[in-house]
Amino acid sequence: MSGASTATAELPASVPQATGFWRRALRHRSFVLGGTLVLLVLAAALISLLWTPWSPYDIDIAAKLKPPTPAHWLGTDAFGRDIVSLLLVGARATIMVGVIAVGIGLTFGVCLGLVAAARKGWVAELILRMSDFTFAFPAVLSAIMLAAAIGPGMVTSITAIGIFQIPIFVRVTRGSANAIWAREFVLAARASGKGAFRITVEHVLPNVLPVLIVQATIQFALAILAEAALSYLGLGTQPPQPSWGRMLNDAQSLLFQEPSLAVYPGAAIAIAVLGFNLLGDGLRDLLDPRLARER
Amino acid sequence: MSGSANTPLIEVADLGVRLNTSRGAAQAVRKVSFSLRRGETLGLVGESGCGKSVTALALMGLLPDTAVVSGSIRLDGSELVGLSDADYCRLRGNRISMIFQEPMTALNPMHSVGRQVAEPLRRHRDLSVADARREAIALLDRVGLPDAAKRVDAYPHQFSGGQRQRITIAMALACQPDVLIADEPTTALDVTIQGQILDLIAGLVEERGMAMILISHDLGVIAENVRRMMVMYGGTVVESGPSAEVFARMGHPYTQGLFRARPRLGARKGTRLKTIAGTVPELADLPAGCAFADRCALVEKRCRVALPAAVEVGEGHQVRCLRTDVSMVDGAGALTA
Repeated sequence: MSGASTATAELPASVPQATGFWRRALRHRSFVLGGTLVLLVLAAALISLLWTPWSPYDIDIAAKLKPPTPAHWLGTDAFGRDIVSLLLVGARATIMVGVIAVGIGLTFGVCLGLVAAARKGWVAELILRMSDFTFAFPAVLSAIMLAAAIGPGMVTSITAIGIFQIPIFVRVTRGSANAIWAREFVLAARASGKGAFRITVEHVLPNVLPVLIVQATIQFALAILAEAALSYLGLGTQPPQPSWGRMLNDAQSLLFQEPSLAVYPGAAIAIAVLGFNLLGDGLRDLLDPRLARER
Repeated sequence: MSGSANTPLIEVADLGVRLNTSRGAAQAVRKVSFSLRRGETLGLVGESGCGKSVTALALMGLLPDTAVVSGSIRLDGSELVGLSDADYCRLRGNRISMIFQEPMTALNPMHSVGRQVAEPLRRHRDLSVADARREAIALLDRVGLPDAAKRVDAYPHQFSGGQRQRITIAMALACQPDVLIADEPTTALDVTIQGQILDLIAGLVEERGMAMILISHDLGVIAENVRRMMVMYGGTVVESGPSAEVFARMGHPYTQGLFRARPRLGARKGTRLKTIAGTVPELADLPAGCAFADRCALVEKRCRVALPAAVEVGEGHQVRCLRTDVSMVDGAGALTA
């Protein structure tokens, strides 16, 4: 009797086989919607590298604050720049900040988290207290401090957001890695003569990967928001480089005359954040072995 | 390898393990001594928490870093207590191996079984990927996995519990270890599979001349599979000797209680299982004297003063009890049971 029930309860936390994964993925509503939105943002960034309707740097005061026309699909801003072009090029900053900042957080956070799980004692304590310390600083505050030190700009915002991501990944990684370390197959691996490093790389990391993938998409959404916030505050992307956060900042002074100027970048940010969140939700479901079983 | 047939392969003397738990230090193992020659089998019996598994983990060097091990464990004459982790890694899976209780969780779900069986060979024997794979298939075939060559690339969840235990056995035996520790290898399996797995292990132990330590709480399993046995209670060995002798004469009141408490076929309907009154003492606050004193029917004041010394009651048969004169009257603890 217990045979069947334990067999199902103990089904492995593996990334399902590729074909089955995609078949289930395409039937998962939030994964498909999230994926589409994310692809939309990615496509905007890629298209902007090859082509934009107008140059996002061309100022044409005569054509300022135009409503949507066949020439300017979404109109122009206070400097006569084409909104569509600004949005397309702004997507680049968003994606770039997201990728690099989450990359920084993943690289350092996962390494530190794995070390903290493998080495109990003062090493783990030190890593955890340091990440608590970092976590206690709001990203905006560390960005302001960094901006004071090295000047505002994209590098500053990427670094600040990246550092802010590290403790989150440390915690998530360590938590899941601890659970894996307690599993019997790790004991079996130790009994077959493997050291802590090889166990971490071969047994722990592959098993925490699904959790990390999900967390990374969620952090990506947070990074986009943080970038927009920092640019809005003038600490991030600097003019004339367009970014969605900067566009919001520019729109603020004309909020009552031309509210649509704030709506477009706002909607773009919302789409990107929603997309990554939905994608993360979907991945969480799809990578969850308990749900994978029910296919 | 080295050493003649007469020198012990593994020799444990006065082994003690102190675990630091959240409720303070606990002496999980006290004064455990035994030695095993090549080809010998030893059974460890006792309730949960009596120190069986801690003893096994101490032999493997797998206790948590905070545990304090005292005494001596010698493998072929070289001391293992205090060995560096790197040196221990060279022994584990190579000269000492272990089979675990839960075949469902003892395999990594992310790797194919062939890879997991080949892993120790790649590590300790420096085999090439292809050679290790060939060897893994041979091993899986030897442990009775049907269609080994075809299923070598399958993943653990595609196998049944019994098959998985066969795979973990193949893993443990890959490098032809000298000592095999089997920690409740059949507890998680169906009764019908239990016998097959135990026969497989016994066959392999004989075929390869290994020494085996079999841990179980099941007296039947011990009786059928090992030549010598040790009964553990509260971290100490309360009785040890050749299993036939121990089962025939049962010197320690605890052994007798354990024997009485076993379920029996053919018992009259409505007969309740006999139990041993009381509960296992907390390892964190063991009594000063005999650990079994609080549950023992024959307890006297002097039992509680100091840990009783082991008394030789027969050929290689030792009992750690002060009252063997009463408990073994008629030499028949088992008969009255």
